[in-house]
Amino acid sequence: MLTIILALVTGIFFTGIIIRVKSLTSGRKGPDILQPLRDILRNLKKGSVYSETTSFIFKIAPSIYFSTIVASLFFIPFGTHKALISFDWDFVFLFYMLAMGKFLMVIASLDTGSSFEGMGASREAFFSMLIEPAMFMIMGSFAILTGHTSFSDIFSKLHNGSYPITMTYAISILSALIVMLIGMVENSRMPVDDPKTHLELTMIHEVMILDNSGFDLGLIMSASILKFTLFGAIAANLFLLPEKSLLINIAIYFAVQIFYAAFIGLTESFMARFRMKKNPQFIYTITAATLLIFIAAIHSTGFIGGN
Amino acid sequence: MKKKSENLIRTHNCSVIKIKEIPIVDYETFFNLNCNLIQSPERHLSHYFAIEEGKALRIFSIISDDKSREIFVSSTEIDKKKEIPSLTNKFPSFHPFERDIYERFNLKYSDHPWLKPLRYPFYSQEKSMDNYPFFSFDSEELHEVGVGPIHAGVIEPGHFRFICHGEKVLHLEIQLGYQHRGVEELFVKKEKLLERVILSESIAGDTTIGHSTAFANLYERLCGFNTTEDLHFSRALALELERIAIHTGDLSALSGDVAYQLGQAVFGRLRTPIINFTQSWGGNRLGRGLIRPGKINFPFTEELKQSLTDILIEYERDFVEMAETFFLRPSVQARFEKTGTITKDDVFKMGFVGMVAKSCGINRDVRFTHPHGLYKAIKLQPTILQSGDVHARAYLRYQEVLRSIEFIREILQTIPSKISKKDLSDAPLESQSLAISLTEGWRGEICHVALTDKNGKIAAYRIKDPSIHNWFALALAVRNNEISDFPLCNKSFNLSYCGHDL
Repeated sequence: MLTIILALVTGIFFTGIIIRVKSLTSGRKGPDILQPLRDILRNLKKGSVYSETTSFIFKIAPSIYFSTIVASLFFIPFGTHKALISFDWDFVFLFYMLAMGKFLMVIASLDTGSSFEGMGASREAFFSMLIEPAMFMIMGSFAILTGHTSFSDIFSKLHNGSYPITMTYAISILSALIVMLIGMVENSRMPVDDPKTHLELTMIHEVMILDNSGFDLGLIMSASILKFTLFGAIAANLFLLPEKSLLINIAIYFAVQIFYAAFIGLTESFMARFRMKKNPQFIYTITAATLLIFIAAIHSTGFIGGN
Repeated sequence: MKKKSENLIRTHNCSVIKIKEIPIVDYETFFNLNCNLIQSPERHLSHYFAIEEGKALRIFSIISDDKSREIFVSSTEIDKKKEIPSLTNKFPSFHPFERDIYERFNLKYSDHPWLKPLRYPFYSQEKSMDNYPFFSFDSEELHEVGVGPIHAGVIEPGHFRFICHGEKVLHLEIQLGYQHRGVEELFVKKEKLLERVILSESIAGDTTIGHSTAFANLYERLCGFNTTEDLHFSRALALELERIAIHTGDLSALSGDVAYQLGQAVFGRLRTPIINFTQSWGGNRLGRGLIRPGKINFPFTEELKQSLTDILIEYERDFVEMAETFFLRPSVQARFEKTGTITKDDVFKMGFVGMVAKSCGINRDVRFTHPHGLYKAIKLQPTILQSGDVHARAYLRYQEVLRSIEFIREILQTIPSKISKKDLSDAPLESQSLAISLTEGWRGEICHVALTDKNGKIAAYRIKDPSIHNWFALALAVRNNEISDFPLCNKSFNLSYCGHDL
């Protein structure tokens, strides 16, 4: 329960921080930190407009997409506080639930019959497919390290002393960075996609939702914020310390989330996005980096090398 | 200067020639003559148009020689109903002009490879774009993407039809004409000078100075008015200020297209002091009202000089700092280099002008090759780059801005004190003449041509914006590039829709 409350609280300021950081780095004042939330509320109050060529798929997709992301928050624990839902191999379930939401968004955008959205859908599907192994490599490595296969067990056993804390923390830092990068790819942010662009031909995620409006768009926008906080929460869990008090852990949690938002803001301020052709390379690099975690994990458990 | 040779007349930039001095040859001779002329790499087609003379069409061809600074004018007369071979088939640089003639007068070309209306549907019988004969492929693997005419950003309308294999663009067809306002006809219809000069300012909104300068130079020649020093000064200054402002804005937009936020913000800010200066000088940020034939309503003063000098110092410091960071940023280089490449060969073949030619190692810049006014006296350093890609076109803008600043500083040393206040609105025009004026706008060569009748009235006015040549460069540049790089390529050319559609 704690995770959900914390994730929702994070969602309130997350995109606000990204936009604020981007504004400050380009010498502007920038909007209020709550502005993205107001935009969402405004959209939620509106009715949706549907194209005549679309079928029921287009209408249900945003709701399902939103609910898969909310549901996946139920699987995330808060350190030693168990998640609401937890079972063995639940991380496999979680990632495929996210994939299902994405699948519906993809077919919904194909449903519109627009050639733009077709292109966006094909790109989104392609990049999501490429990023999938990276997430499994990380969670798999932690499963090996802790000997457990659910989020709750993995995160509560991670820093409990079976391994030196410096070692688990080192792995955690690398993993957290990669989880954050995966979150950026999953959410179609820079350097893979540019959420700010008005050029349909270069878009990935934004072009897929061109036809969505009003309430549906509000759902999609809030879903993508929650998706950020989801990946941020996974990253934050890697740093929570079981022996410390709850307040300190909450402080760590927010520190990680704010760092994540600022990190995205800075990336989007100071670099150009990649050429579409280079995106797979970038994603492979992320996947390759997860191999380091994997090797570190099997090394420390004694599968290879050690005693 | 005017030398008569057998089949053509040689003249130079900003000149007036009597129409009857231009020899009329039969189409075959005209055809061969133009083939021979255009073959040399230092020559390019400046304009090619037809006017109606009873049942016949008189076609004029204006070819500029960049080395000898000469302009060759040749002409032919043909029966409208006759089918004739096209020059495009041999030299594709004629293609938009022959299409224009086909569209206006329904002149049939027997072997034109791409005989489609240029500004469909405005001169043609069909009044809708619905049946436009788009090039298409019959294939399971290829897909078509249509963009426009309504554009995602708030810019002008134009339709782009891509044929793609996955993400790769195989072919792009650009179909324009939505912005047609009949500018050329209006030049004839509107008889007041003020109306005409205002019209010239709105041919292409981003080239206000370029087009109004071309018009003013031409009109003064037609009136037999010798352009005074202060007019030359203000035109050169305004032209370079326009170049700096638009190039800076383009660099901002290019940064935006690759999502490089810092560049977008900084270049965007830097454009403002320049256009604000133009406003403090002439009352309009785009320079409307500044250029008038025979006079200037806003004389350049010592105070303006002081303020411009200060602005330029501050501007240059920030601009160079930002540009150096920008072009050295690896992620920016990765997007710009080897994207949307145009080869030198393409430029010769298609007759591209302006920035497209200059980024491919060709010095096709009216300021050097056909100088007029102050450009004759003050030597500018030409900026020529070789690679022909988006990077070259972006870097060219950076370098041209620096050159323009240098030039402005030099001309600022001597501000002409005598102010010309000549009112040309009732001045008689040279009768039965053809006047040509070339100006290097920021985009490239602008060519205005006016023909007068025996009463000294403008009988026909023909405008050529560089965009008419260069739109095809965009179509060539995106071939074998990713479709997601199209907006970037498009911005690197930044062509005018209304300059093309007129």
